[in-house]
Amino acid sequence: MPSLLILLPLAVLVIFNLPLGMAMRRLYYWIVATVLVAQGFFVAVTPFFDWKALNDPLAMFFEYKLSIDAFSLIMLFIIALVASVSLQVARYTIEPGRKTEGFINLLLVTVIGMNAIVMANGIFSLYVFVEVVAVSSFILIAMNKSKFAMEGAFKYLILSAVASVMILFAIAILFFISGDTSFSSVQSAAKVQAASAYVKIAMMLLIAGLFIKSGIVPFHGWLPDAYTESQAPVSVLLAGIVTKTVGVYALIRLMYYVFGMSPAAQKILMFAGALSIVVGALAAITQKNFKKMLAYSSVSQMGYIILALGCGTTMAIIGAVFHLLNHAIFKSLLFVNSASVEKSLGTVDMEKMGGLGQKMPVTGFTSVIAFLSTAGIPPLSGFWSKLIIITALWTAGNTGYAALALVSSIITLGYFLSMQSMAFFGQVRNGLEDVKESGMGLAIPQAILAIVTIGIGLLFPVIYNLFLMPLGNILR
Amino acid sequence: MLLMAIVWTVMTPRLLRSVVGLAAVSVILSMIMFYMDSPLAAVFELSVCAGLIPVIFFTTISFTQRVGQEELIERKKIIFRQYVYLPIILAVVAVVMLLSKPVVDFVFPTAPVVQDVRKVLWDDRHLDLLGQIIIILAGALGIVALFKETKK
Amino acid sequence: MVMSFNLIRTLIGLEILIKVATLFIVLAGHVTGNTALAQALVVTLIVIEVVVMVVAGGLVLCIYRSNRTINANELVNRKG
Repeated sequence: MPSLLILLPLAVLVIFNLPLGMAMRRLYYWIVATVLVAQGFFVAVTPFFDWKALNDPLAMFFEYKLSIDAFSLIMLFIIALVASVSLQVARYTIEPGRKTEGFINLLLVTVIGMNAIVMANGIFSLYVFVEVVAVSSFILIAMNKSKFAMEGAFKYLILSAVASVMILFAIAILFFISGDTSFSSVQSAAKVQAASAYVKIAMMLLIAGLFIKSGIVPFHGWLPDAYTESQAPVSVLLAGIVTKTVGVYALIRLMYYVFGMSPAAQKILMFAGALSIVVGALAAITQKNFKKMLAYSSVSQMGYIILALGCGTTMAIIGAVFHLLNHAIFKSLLFVNSASVEKSLGTVDMEKMGGLGQKMPVTGFTSVIAFLSTAGIPPLSGFWSKLIIITALWTAGNTGYAALALVSSIITLGYFLSMQSMAFFGQVRNGLEDVKESGMGLAIPQAILAIVTIGIGLLFPVIYNLFLMPLGNILR
Repeated sequence: MLLMAIVWTVMTPRLLRSVVGLAAVSVILSMIMFYMDSPLAAVFELSVCAGLIPVIFFTTISFTQRVGQEELIERKKIIFRQYVYLPIILAVVAVVMLLSKPVVDFVFPTAPVVQDVRKVLWDDRHLDLLGQIIIILAGALGIVALFKETKK
Repeated sequence: MVMSFNLIRTLIGLEILIKVATLFIVLAGHVTGNTALAQALVVTLIVIEVVVMVVAGGLVLCIYRSNRTINANELVNRKG
């Protein structure tokens, strides 16, 4: 069954790239949308239904080593959700025709890659699909063909490749030690020789490489440019899932499940996380470009996740993963907002905006919800995840870090509200009088994401029992 | 010997020589691999990296060549400044590694059942195979997407 | 070496780094006796490396087309 998640999109990809008639091409979008929604359903249904009971018809031909646990399930859900939103945004922002097809192709590849990443069974397979996603991301960023997009794509390419090399070195060392690359062998080997210098070096390299890929300070150089200069649906995709899957998921999976958390690693993770929170928040405040501000805010939020990961207690990990989920949703929502603003206004320069809330009610309202969720206001989803993280930090004795997280949360809130009021409320500026809401196409994804944000916030107890507790059980 | 080839490839001011240097590095690497009981990997490395990649580079370079004399002069200045650091870093790393050697002891895992024919192993790594296919697809689709506008 | 100003030189430097990593994997395979797995990994790696290089080359070409230069110093223009 899990292999279907990879093979089905792949089949769709191949079929729709064969020379077919025009009518078939128009179907492409719908079929891809169906596939993605199906993936979402798969995840939602899994706690209630035992898929293993079904015979996997493909097992006769292909035997893939794939495994899904609660963490993978959550990731699969996010992937499906954000990818479908991105698809929707693409439909209304990229001119239809060949270019959209190119985008959908690459989108499918990215989804395939990410599905495989979260279901992979060994470090090397993880790496292979990380590269798959990386390659498609490079192209996606560069599709804009503007000077800055190219530059962003190239920067990302170089940094990502350097990170890949570091990860490769780590894999080589782990191979040295354990003779295999699957997670279980590496785990047992690492336990046996935890004190060995080589294991430490491997861990350092792995952490450094994955930090680059996740955009944690001080390795976040590529992130603002890549997020800002790419086209709207690409930004949604990047911010919503790619960075998370490729970087943060891999970090959590490797650090927590495979390696166990040595005190030194914990310190590094917590420090880098805290640094990212602060630097990201401060940098976001000074930005005039809406998307760039969102990019730095993403850096900051990733910091929260890494900080919680560094803390290491079960509750902290639950908080980290939950924040991952929430951030994917509200950050994607914010980027869709920016896409709709960009479409109606033609610019993302915040100094030129004002009083948009009156003209673009859907965008305004949903962006308020997203911002409040980012800052951690009840009863939205962000509140719960931040609460868990801060509580976990506090009870684990890291009161300094907990206070830091709390304070930066408040600062973020203050800044966001002021920015919000400037751009969306207040007087309508000159020249903006005939701005309209940007059409149903973009309004629907925004509405959906906002509803999910509110829903997760309100239904928190249900989500906790259903999805997060199993996560805690799997962790050691 | 490998190190010398690498250093030369990096520092040579003429771009084309650099590409040749890359091919040379690949060849030497491939020979090392051969000595380490990895004949198939050696063959791949040889064919791909000593052949295909220089072709890629030559194609790219031929489209973007713009040799200027200023470039060469500026390059020599930069070499001196930057690469003075590099040997220092290398020396530090070597010293650290040498010092930590006695501390390091790692247990070699019990030798697994040695698959004598490599192909037998490839039955185990289906996921990676699939990944390779996908990445080739991704690259092809990507290049097409990048350069499509010229056809329009 | 990777920080060079000519973009193509950067790519070459990257290539070399990847090769060294490949070498390490083969080394690990040789030492642990699992040469079969090591070769499988290396072959996969080489495929990935080629694709990445091709895409990188394509990107460089595109950059060149819009900027007429592949000098990293000249390419740095900030938008704020």
